[in-house]
Amino acid sequence: MIKVLKLNKWFGKNQVLKDIDFEVEENEVVVIIGSSGSGKSTLLRCLNFLEKAQKGSIIIGGEKVTSKSKNLHLIRQEVGMVFQHFNLFPHKTILANVMEGLTQVKKMPFAEAEDIAMELLKKVNMIEKANTYPSMISGGQKQRVAIARALAMSPQIMLFDEPTSALDPELVGEVLKVMKDLAIEGMTMVIVTHEMGFAKEVADRVVYMDCGRIVEEGKPEDIFQNPKEERTREFISQIL
Amino acid sequence: MGTWDFEIVIQYFFSFLHAAKMTVCITVIGIAIGIILGLLLALMRISKYKFLSIPAKAYIWIIRGTPLLLQLLMIYFGLVNIIRLGNLPSAFLALGLHNSAYIAEIFRGAIQGVDRGQREAGLSLGMTPGKVMNRIILPQALKRAIPPLSNQLIIALKDSSLASAVAIPELLLYARQMGASNFRTMEMLTVAAVYYLLLTSILTFCSNALEKKLNVSDYKVLE
Repeated sequence: MIKVLKLNKWFGKNQVLKDIDFEVEENEVVVIIGSSGSGKSTLLRCLNFLEKAQKGSIIIGGEKVTSKSKNLHLIRQEVGMVFQHFNLFPHKTILANVMEGLTQVKKMPFAEAEDIAMELLKKVNMIEKANTYPSMISGGQKQRVAIARALAMSPQIMLFDEPTSALDPELVGEVLKVMKDLAIEGMTMVIVTHEMGFAKEVADRVVYMDCGRIVEEGKPEDIFQNPKEERTREFISQIL
Repeated sequence: MGTWDFEIVIQYFFSFLHAAKMTVCITVIGIAIGIILGLLLALMRISKYKFLSIPAKAYIWIIRGTPLLLQLLMIYFGLVNIIRLGNLPSAFLALGLHNSAYIAEIFRGAIQGVDRGQREAGLSLGMTPGKVMNRIILPQALKRAIPPLSNQLIIALKDSSLASAVAIPELLLYARQMGASNFRTMEMLTVAAVYYLLLTSILTFCSNALEKKLNVSDYKVLE
């Protein structure tokens, strides 16, 4: 579904991605782990061109896309993104947040968009808060709304950039549950997270990154219990 | 000049009304031009295209670096060879152009003050950059811009007194003319001062009410 070939990315003189080869199959849940500064978030952000890689190519649905492509906004419709800091639109209600993409990007009639948005809010258990503003709900609730907003575009793949890192510990579970349900439904997902329990349980494949490179990837049980690389072993022993 | 007589202040107070109207008129038109042009300049200024950002930067540099009175005189006297503007249009234009530079910087700050994640969230939904600006960034930025804009409006109201230099009978010129004819200069200037204070107080009150209504402080909290 998404294929990344020899991706290289620099921030100034600092190379943050080094020859990344990476692939995501349809219906696959890939979890990317690694210490901060390893390039995992940057890789994720390259997948919907919020960051632009200087070298290498990204193939989405058989089509090679570069950051200079004219139709980036069309590609982004197919790639949903959930951010660490939620990034809900504070001047719009919860319902309007979820409807925004439908009415403005998909040009859907208001009533139809409202139906779909309400359906999604129900799915993430946020229907009671539909008419409140983001400043009035908790972080976990915000993140569930943000997931609903991304799902509204019916993307082919969902990217999660540390979706629970900004949450109070007691709010992490409700967000992970929504994500788990999505995985069970067969949504293709790429998740950057520090929630190793979640990774073990939900991931089809775990990718370990360090210093801008993919060090090792494999089934969660292999990566967590039986890592081949010394660096992976060190990282796993530090976090478990 | 005799002793300062408060009764004369009261006696002449209402005769200044039309001059006050002129002051308000110059200010409102000046600020209206300033806001429209200022928004355009702000968008040019932050554009990634140099052919837009460089002219905007140069314009702001020139306007902010020279006095309003000089700009007014250059428009009134200097444009004669190209187009003959009356004193009133000259004042509107001078105040408008002058304020546009400051307002452009207000808008630029407000736009750049909106969290970067807002833009990314809009883009990730598949919006074009223009749509993100219209639907996501500007509504938040305009709200943030209200406090500095009302400040600028108060400055513009007081700056409108410079229009007296091109013989527009606004508050200051009218006060000086009245003072020259009735030899009560201090009283006449006092009347003008009271009008300025009243007008700026009304503006302050209105902008505070507007801020409260729109809950400007809400956006200071990153959500």
